[in-house]
Amino acid sequence: MNFHLKVWRQKDANSPGRLEDYEARNIPPDASFLEMLDIVNEDLISKGIEPIVFDHDCREGICGMCSLTINGIPHGPSTGTTCQLYMRKFEDGSTIYIEPFRAGPFPVIRDLSVNRSALDRIIQAGGFISERTGSAPDANSIPIPKTIADEAMDAAACIGCGACAAACPNSSAMLFVAAKVSHLNLLPQGKPEKDRRVLSMVEQMDKEGFGGCSNFYQCEAVCPAHIPASFIAKMNRDYLVASIKRTVGVMP
Amino acid sequence: MSASGSSSATVVSIPCLLTRWLLSSLGKKTIVAVTGSLLVLFLIGHLLGNLTIYLGQDVINTYAQKLQSMGPLLWIVRLGLLAVFLLHIIFVVLLIAENLRASATKYIAKDNMGSTLFARTMKYTGLIVLAFVVFHISHFTLGLVQPEFYHLYQTLPDGSKRHDVYNMVVRGFQNVPISIFYILALTFLTFHLSHGVASIFQTLGISNRFLRPLLERASIAFAWLLWAGYVSIPISILLGFVQLKLPA
Repeated sequence: MNFHLKVWRQKDANSPGRLEDYEARNIPPDASFLEMLDIVNEDLISKGIEPIVFDHDCREGICGMCSLTINGIPHGPSTGTTCQLYMRKFEDGSTIYIEPFRAGPFPVIRDLSVNRSALDRIIQAGGFISERTGSAPDANSIPIPKTIADEAMDAAACIGCGACAAACPNSSAMLFVAAKVSHLNLLPQGKPEKDRRVLSMVEQMDKEGFGGCSNFYQCEAVCPAHIPASFIAKMNRDYLVASIKRTVGVMP
Repeated sequence: MSASGSSSATVVSIPCLLTRWLLSSLGKKTIVAVTGSLLVLFLIGHLLGNLTIYLGQDVINTYAQKLQSMGPLLWIVRLGLLAVFLLHIIFVVLLIAENLRASATKYIAKDNMGSTLFARTMKYTGLIVLAFVVFHISHFTLGLVQPEFYHLYQTLPDGSKRHDVYNMVVRGFQNVPISIFYILALTFLTFHLSHGVASIFQTLGISNRFLRPLLERASIAFAWLLWAGYVSIPISILLGFVQLKLPA
């Protein structure tokens, strides 16, 4: 298969970037999107052109490292991550726009690679439980209802790729924060720090400069882990309760 | 990352904690949702009042007279409503400014990824509603538009006079461009509510993955029901179902 690529090239965060045209020739239909870029890069290197920089790691859809906004959609037209997107999804001879994940708090490092450390700092603000370490506890010593375990597992599926913020017209990271808050707030191990967690993580999210949620639900549409936006409602509820508790001074 | 340090909250005063809450991204959204729901309640009450026009000249004029005679209570409600309306706008403007700052660089290739037209046009439909409210108040509340119809009076059997709201509305809507303007403005208000009412529940956290699709459909149905109630009045007047009542 052959494709006409329009790829965002940018030297670093402070340099202006622009779309450059490249031809992808003789691409096997079963090549992943990243493998297609590998083939293009091989060709660029052989011509003495600087290869296109893009993020990737596990290439099996679980690490959350690959990004890329393809034809305006983070992770492209498939329902998974970019590494799980195959070229047979595209029409032969079509033009493909490849841009970095766009969000104010995601500065471009180079070309298609962006710095998503803002998400790590949100996790540092509250995405943990404070627990005495020691020998492993007995299995099933903390009873958790199946429905709660399932709900927490759905939230825990978030791989932190940042596609939600990249898809949002407001660059809001609320689906990510909601998933991380809910995952721990639902479980007994996360309960002691429930209120403090949601307050700190939302405050850090604001500090990083992410926008607010306008309920467009474009995050939900692109999320490779299929996190439902109803977790945002849960975060809103947890934040409302925690804020009232903090304001009137009854927070534990 | 230690668990100690929670006591720092007790040192901070309540007003400071209140602003920390209400000026956060989620706090601002909460204010927009709460003021929005109050405005929706007003819309329901206002519609019920308007529909008394179908019960005849005496009923709607008596209703209007009762409202006007509430005196200070009326002014408390009016000022409260104005405050709610302004808060709704101010906090939306603050949120929009933040959102624009967060998303300064836009994509060259565009895709709406399944978001609805109602959601994407909230700020524009909101602006249209603001313009409409200004016009509507200058029309039927202040009488600056069509002043000739504002100063109509109904003479009661005991000889006293009262504002003839019935004939003011009928005459007002017999003007085709004004009726069309009202119908269009109410349609945009309906777009605003189609997204807004469901968003109230999402923002206040009264939703889950099973409720959300129901709330979204109910929100659209409610918005169009309100639309039907409101626009039925200019349409009934234009079609002649509701006619001028001239003194015998």
